[in-house]
This record gives sequence, C-alpha cells and structure tokens, in this order.
Amino acid sequence: MSIVENFDLYAPRLIDKKEYFSPGHRACQGCGEALALRLACKALGGDTIVSCATGCMEIVSSLFPTTAWELPFIHVAFENAAAVASGVEAGLKVMRRKGRVADRDIKSVAVAGDGGTADIGLQALSGAAERGHDMIHICLDNEAYMNTGIQRSSQTPFGAWSTTSPPGKVSFGQRTWKKNVPEIMAAHNIPYVATACPSYPLDLIRKVDKARSIKGPSYIHIFSACPTGWRMESDLAIKIGRLAVETGIFPLYEVKNGKYGITVDVPDPLRPVEDYLKLQGRFRHLGSPEIKVIQERVNLEYGKLIDKVNNLKSWDEN
Amino acid sequence: MAEATWREISPGNVVHTPGSAKEYHTGSWRAMRPVWDDAKCIKCGICYIFCPEGCVRQEADGFFRADLDYCKGCGICARECWPGAIKMVEEG
Amino acid sequence: MAKRVGMEVAIAAAEAVGMCNIDVAAVYPITPQSHIAEHLSEIVADGRIDAEYITVESEHSAMSVCIGASATGARAYTATCSQGLMLMHELLPIVSAMRLPIVMSVANRPVNAPLNILSDHSDIMPQRDSGWIVIFSENGQEVIDLTLQAYRIAEDKDVMLPVIICIDGFILTHMVEPVEFPEQKEVNKFLPDRVPYATLHPDKPLTMGAFAMSDYFPQMMKAKDEALVNSKKTILKVWDEWEKQFGRRYRPVETYKAKGAEVLLLIMGSMGETAEPAIDELRDKGVAAGLIKIRLWRPFPFDELRKAVKGVRVLAVMDRAVSFGDSGGPVFADVKSVLYSEDNRPLTVNYIMGLGGRDVSVEDFVNMAEGAVKAKKEGYEFYGVGD
Repeated sequence: MSIVENFDLYAPRLIDKKEYFSPGHRACQGCGEALALRLACKALGGDTIVSCATGCMEIVSSLFPTTAWELPFIHVAFENAAAVASGVEAGLKVMRRKGRVADRDIKSVAVAGDGGTADIGLQALSGAAERGHDMIHICLDNEAYMNTGIQRSSQTPFGAWSTTSPPGKVSFGQRTWKKNVPEIMAAHNIPYVATACPSYPLDLIRKVDKARSIKGPSYIHIFSACPTGWRMESDLAIKIGRLAVETGIFPLYEVKNGKYGITVDVPDPLRPVEDYLKLQGRFRHLGSPEIKVIQERVNLEYGKLIDKVNNLKSWDEN
Repeated sequence: MAEATWREISPGNVVHTPGSAKEYHTGSWRAMRPVWDDAKCIKCGICYIFCPEGCVRQEADGFFRADLDYCKGCGICARECWPGAIKMVEEG
Repeated sequence: MAKRVGMEVAIAAAEAVGMCNIDVAAVYPITPQSHIAEHLSEIVADGRIDAEYITVESEHSAMSVCIGASATGARAYTATCSQGLMLMHELLPIVSAMRLPIVMSVANRPVNAPLNILSDHSDIMPQRDSGWIVIFSENGQEVIDLTLQAYRIAEDKDVMLPVIICIDGFILTHMVEPVEFPEQKEVNKFLPDRVPYATLHPDKPLTMGAFAMSDYFPQMMKAKDEALVNSKKTILKVWDEWEKQFGRRYRPVETYKAKGAEVLLLIMGSMGETAEPAIDELRDKGVAAGLIKIRLWRPFPFDELRKAVKGVRVLAVMDRAVSFGDSGGPVFADVKSVLYSEDNRPLTVNYIMGLGGRDVSVEDFVNMAEGAVKAKKEGYEFYGVGD
C-alpha cells in the first residue's frame, strides 16, 4: 500500500496529537527507536504505565531531575521490564478489586530494547507471557546493545559489524543469525504477537492499539533503525525501514490467536537484500559470498513465514 | 542544571514533573535545519509523523514548521517529504 | 484472649503474612523457605485473603514483581534465602533507593558453593549494605510478631524502607513451636492500610528510577543513609506501640544475665535460645558469663550495643558467616568498628560457628565462653573445625 495514498485524509486527524514522549530527550539525531516509541505511545494513550528496561530509551528520557515521559514511568534494571510490568499489572488488578484504585482500564506496558527483551530479558518476558498477565511487551529492536556502545546482541544480523563482533583477519562479523523472538512469543500461545516498523506508522499504531485492546499478554517487535550504530546517514531511518520490509528481511505480520497474517504487502519478487545492506556501514565489509548467504537465508525464512500464513489456523477455528 | 541538597531531593529520587526534559533545548545540537516551501506542501503531515523528536507542528494556517528549540536537524522530514517541500539548510 | 497453638514456624510466618492484608505476593520456591511459599498460596487459594499470588519464574522476577506492585501502591511480599537471595541481590539496593516498603522473609541458608540446604547467615551478610532494614528472629513467636510489625515499620512515612525478617532455615522454619496469634481486629488496629508517598498512576504521571549523574548521586546516597539511620526512631516507636497493645517487648539488643558479666557472648538468630542455658551453666560453675542478642541488624544499634558491653572484660562474637579475606566474620567486623573509639573496650574475639547447618550445642557455647575467658588477644577462630 502506498504510504502516502490516503495520508492527506488520515494523517493529521487519525493520529493523537498529544506527545507522551516529549522533545528534549537525548536520543541521537534521526533515531528510529525514539520515533517508534513516540508513535507507540500515541496508540497507547494516557492510561498507560510504562515499565522500561535499562537501555537507550531509558537513558535518553530520564536524566534526573528531568523526564521526557508524560506517562507514569518506572525503570528498575536491565533484565526485568516484563517482570516489573507484571507487578504493575498485578498491583493495579488487586487494588481495583479492593476498591483502593478507581476501576479504570490502565494498561501495563513493558518497554525494552533487543538486549532487554531477547537476551538478558528473555526469562522475565517468557515468565510474564506464560502467566498470562494483561500487558504488552514492546521490543524496540535496534539490533545491538547500542546504549553501551554498539555491542552485539542476539538480534544483531548475520555478518554485521558491532564492537564485539568486528570483522577482522579471522572473522567476518556477527557469526549467528538473528534469534526469532516473535516466533518464540507465538510459541507461548499468547493472543497477539506482531512485528512493526515506524516507516509504516499507521500499521504500527493499529497494532499497538490492537495489543492494547487484548485482555492478556501481547508482544510487539518494532524495527528501530539506529543511524549511529548501523553507520548510516541520520536521515535514513524511514527509508531503511521500508527496505527492510520490502526485502523480506523484516516482514510486517501479526499472529492473532495463532493465525498468521501479513499486514503490509511487499513486492513480488522481494527486493534484493543488497539494496538494504549497501546503505549501512555495518555491512560494508561483506562481499558477494556473504551477501548470497544472507539472501538465501532471508528467502528461506520468508518462505517459512508464508507457509505459516497459508496453513496455520487460529485456535478458535475448528 | 542546579544541584540540590540531600534534603531537597524527593524521596525515592522520584521525578514529579512530567515532560520536564523540555527544559533542555536539543536544538543546540544541529548543523542543518529544515526549511519548508509552503508552495509545494500538500499538508499531508508526514513530516510531523516521522519526526523522532515530535517537534514538527502544524501551524494555524495548516502548514508545518519545526520547533527549532528541539530540532536536531536529522533530515528525516526533508527526505520523506513526498512533494519535496522541505530542504535542509546549513545553520550559521 | 489469644490462644496458644503448636505450629511449624514457617506456617506461622505465612499465617502472619496473611494477617497483614497483603495485596501481592510473588514467591519462588527454595528450601527451606518453601513451606512459607506453599502455605501462603493455600491461604490465597482458599480466599482467606484477597491477594494476587504470582508464581514467578525466578527470585529476581519475584523481587521485580514486588517492585512493580509496590510502585503502584500495593502491599507486596516475598520470601527467599541462599541462592535466591543472592539472585535478588542486584535489586535490593534499588528497592531501598526507591523507598518501596516491601517486606521479605529470609529463611537463612548457606550460599553455594558447595550447595547446602541447611542453615547459616552467609546469605544475609552480603546484603548488609543494601539499605534494607534487617531484623533477626529467635523463635516462632518472634517470627509472628516481627512479621506483623514489618509493614507498620516499612510503610511509616518517616521510614518508607523495605524490611527483611530473618528466620534461621530448618532450625527455626521447620520447628513446631508454641505460638499465639493476636486477633485479626487487633492487628487491623495496629496495622493501617498503606498510604503510599508516590504511585504510578496516569492521574499524576511521574518517573521512578531516573538515572543520575555525579551532581546528584552523592546527595541521593546520603539521603538513603539518613533514611535508614533515622528509621531506628520509628522502629523503637513501633515496638513501643506493640508492647502497649500486645504485651510483648522488643528491643534492638537484648541481654541475658549480662549484669556484672566478665565475659559476654554476642549472637544473632535462633541460636540465642541455645546459648541461654549455656550461660546458666557457666554461672553455676562460677563463670560470670552473659549473653547479648542483636535483634536489629540494620540500622545497627550503636548506642544499645555500647551500653550493653560497658565494663565487660571479654566479648566473644559469634558469627554464622565468614567475611573471607577479612579478619573473621561480618558481625565481628561491625562490632569491632562500633566499639573502636570506646574507652575501656573489651577484648573482642570471634567464633565462626554453625556454618552449613552444623549443630551448636549448649556444651559448645560453654566451651567457647571458657575459651574466650582465656583469650589473650583479639582474633577469630572457626569453632570445631580444627587446625
């Protein structure tokens, strides 16, 4: 769908004008993660409590004695955003029952980066999802431990440079493939899992809104371009996000009660991965053989996704 | 940023004023600034949507401007502007 | 009129927590805390209290859930020991810095390695700088009383700090003891609902856990220290209120036959009850021995300890943990530093005993006291371990 097609109709009217993540935050110029968070908050609205892991967004937004947050916000540690959010949800639930807090729909949301979700945070997220708390876990994935200086995480793509997976005489960069966290979360059989990208803002907002309406756990994995860590120009976050989707590297889909659906159409055939890789300095050292390997893997994973879209049924269908 | 004595800091180090980050004008960071050509602007609002700072605002006449107190000059708005109505211009 | 019952102390602890009208309990099982976890879940399952019992996937998440819940204004509880407490260690300074009144029962058990499920104090000692109030219990009745007092202390607006109640693993948790529970309506009078100072709620958005640079950080640490040191005033006040309402008296430092003593034994936890008959025996033998029991471990009761040891010639400090590479046990280190600038301070020796659940008998205490009397210089010894 052309992003601009219905924009003049929708854009200013549909999107909540209130900024819950105020300017004055210290994110880098052109930070895709800050944009993702800003847009997600517009869908979440004011009746939200954010439990945030240590990471870029926590640091850029909450330097004592100021805060960029116009929402109630708590930061505790690196690995426990989902556990803290579970506690917020449980505390509110019981206090509403006992009449100590007004009976109002306030959503508990965990916000964490890729490290705080897929690596050090995976246990807390898995526990929260298994226990079925009414909360959303939003992963803002900039594909490395950016805040501490661009060290690799399980979300760093194959072949990418990072400060702990640098290419050298005996290495070509990140040796492993991106751990598929949305699939891990779908395997928990939670009601709603989705991937999103700020380059497709209406899709992102719709998904966060959908997650908010679910009574139970939901998970949203948001592609968050990082010009600083990916070594690209500061104005490329949106363009690179589009390329990630159009090459099949980051497909935009959702899983509703086990049923998979692609939410943003991509070109057929997919654009070559090279279009995406060549704009980023972190892939600059890769040669054709590595790019070919990446292309094959992307084709494989995309094919698996389409299989799931075509074959898996929702668990409420018989 | 003014210091506070230990008695003045709120217990638990809680920050009570939401959005107080606005005190810090990140506009001082920028090297380039976005300039709108209203003749080309179709008022779609994409610049407002895609600004990571949330500092692009729609004015009363319907056109858009960046709040220069906060604009970091990243250039996303200029790149994404569909009719090419925004140009990045050097500061200073 | 309260009725006396025989009850396993862990069960009694859970019952006491139940009487506190908690909102959220997040508990991960670990021997020997598990009976507390299990019985509390039964209390919730039977609807005897209205609470959310969260079966978390680790102790780290147990404390994290408590933090999230407490930050919304709920009354939160957890229990652990040993490796579980060590896993929570990361979060303990956060809880006290954020001034969240969480209460935790710690069923003191040794830390690995090697793994040992019995009893000693090596799990709580690494937490002594965490900024939590730490209180040791000696018997089942104390466990009930101290647990019922814990939220009253923690949530007081002049305190707003988390509290640990230590219960020796197995040698106290699994003992069946005669205990009395006060009436629920009396407890309700003693323990009002929590009135939180700040909460996470959209009506008043605030930020908790902001990060701080060096312009604010040192002041924040001083504020935290002041809060813990000043909490002693309120602890004493609450113990006063407790005595008036329920008749039992609690002090930061308790003494037994300390008057006119030539040698004092100093101990924390349930082994104090074994030391008392040893003191009686020593006295019968003509040794002027006495006992000091520290109940309030943090904030440390400086004045009460100095007063209790005044005039004694020898002080034998019992430690059930080791501060490796330092000169003995952690209690020894604290006691020595408290007495450092006193005139005529006693000759202070240290017995490290009861590690890994090793039994310490009345005879052992008599031996240690007699050894202390003969001591010529300060130093520490692993009692019963050999050279």
